[in-house]
Amino acid sequence: MGNLHRTIEAVWRIESARLIASLARIVQDIGLAEDLAQEALLSALEKWPESGVPDKPGAWLMAVAKNRAIDVLRRNQRLQQKLDEYGRVWLDPMGAVYPDFDAALARDIDDEMLSLVFTACHPLLSLEARVALTLKILGGLSTNEIARAYLVQESTIAQRIVRAKRTLSEAKVPFETPQGEALSQRLDAVLEVIYLIFNEGYSATSGTHWTRPVLCEEALRLGRILATLMPDSSEVHGLVALMEIQASRIPARSNAKGEPILLMDQNRARWDQLLIRRGLASLEKAELAAACFKTTFSPTPAIATDTARPPPWTAPKPLPLAPMHCRPKLPPVMPAPAKPPKPTGPK
Amino acid sequence: MRVMVIVKASQASEAGVMPSTDLLTQMGNYNEELVKAGLILAGEGLHPSSKGVRVRFGQGQPKVIDGPFTESKELIAGFWLWQVKSMEEAVEWIKRMPQEAGFEQDIEIRPVFEADDFGDVLTPELRAQEERLRAESEARLSAK
Repeated sequence: MGNLHRTIEAVWRIESARLIASLARIVQDIGLAEDLAQEALLSALEKWPESGVPDKPGAWLMAVAKNRAIDVLRRNQRLQQKLDEYGRVWLDPMGAVYPDFDAALARDIDDEMLSLVFTACHPLLSLEARVALTLKILGGLSTNEIARAYLVQESTIAQRIVRAKRTLSEAKVPFETPQGEALSQRLDAVLEVIYLIFNEGYSATSGTHWTRPVLCEEALRLGRILATLMPDSSEVHGLVALMEIQASRIPARSNAKGEPILLMDQNRARWDQLLIRRGLASLEKAELAAACFKTTFSPTPAIATDTARPPPWTAPKPLPLAPMHCRPKLPPVMPAPAKPPKPTGPK
Repeated sequence: MRVMVIVKASQASEAGVMPSTDLLTQMGNYNEELVKAGLILAGEGLHPSSKGVRVRFGQGQPKVIDGPFTESKELIAGFWLWQVKSMEEAVEWIKRMPQEAGFEQDIEIRPVFEADDFGDVLTPELRAQEERLRAESEARLSAK
């Protein structure tokens, strides 16, 4: 049973974001979409121990969620108007109107994923709420996992997510990707969230450890996903470059006693060369995109990557203040989070 | 965690036989899906072992042996490095990999050593190494 539970968790991690994105496209409400997806997960937890994991677990979850969605829609007359607006519908023998799920599912999932990112990171929500919702909906993390990562009560996170979903629903925030001028402003709100998650992982504001790799890894994953969804965005590649390079230093950032080691004193042999190469590649993409689309991006990644380039290392230019390097700021687009003093004591 | 996904060689891969266009297309799509999931850190495909060499250590000088090597189950045809949350996640992704019907193929998934895996074993050594590096860089800084 333990193994099966872990398998279901893995399936969920792979499928949940796409599942929610597809459902949100249909019901036009990411809160409802998330609830439907969760119900499908519960159903899997109930059925799979007996039936075994189906060959196509994603399709199975979608089928269950789709049936739940139809149930909900049947009950919810108000939603039907929305569905008419949505366009293609099919009529069942009873004459009720439902959205064409199969047509919705056949669409390119990238559009939905991007809309999901932008909706979860909507600036209408507080930063905290955006972070929680993003980790839940896009990262596929459980409320409990998020709470553990942030060292807060599970109920606190659950409440944040419920409120965020309600806020989006009440404000009738459309499930879409912003276009034109709105895009860059909204993108800032997205990057801010990813960077905040990374930064909390990279220099934890609470707890006894200096880093919480789970959050770094999650932020990196979100950044990498976003970079494939928005390959022309210099800002996205810039942020990914920054995170890859910063993450490359994690193994060298503290000693065996858990005490921090400043940049200049770090054993560079312990920097992760793979992440450095990936970071430099992302930086190149950022520069290329900036040149092609005449946009700009924060110079911070370029500064951070300077020290990651091959030797001579002795003088990163300009000789940086270590704290600034350890905790990069991305003004003006991304204010670094305010940090209370580091707790001391046994690590 | 990081895993190395090792695609084992087969008679076909060792013979340098290319997969069908259909399978190549499916593999392309699969790869794209992996990239879009933010999973792939690195990956390469390898030439057949006939183009490789082995260097064998033993008694005396190392001996250079030219390929091909016969035990194809032990050979690898390519690899990926993935960032995943668990071994189960890696397994679930591999299950989605397209394959030619009736075509036997082994995929091996191995977790990559991370600093924490060394545990206490290397700690005193690492500590000493870091102390030394720190002393060196302090000396270097104060010499300026």
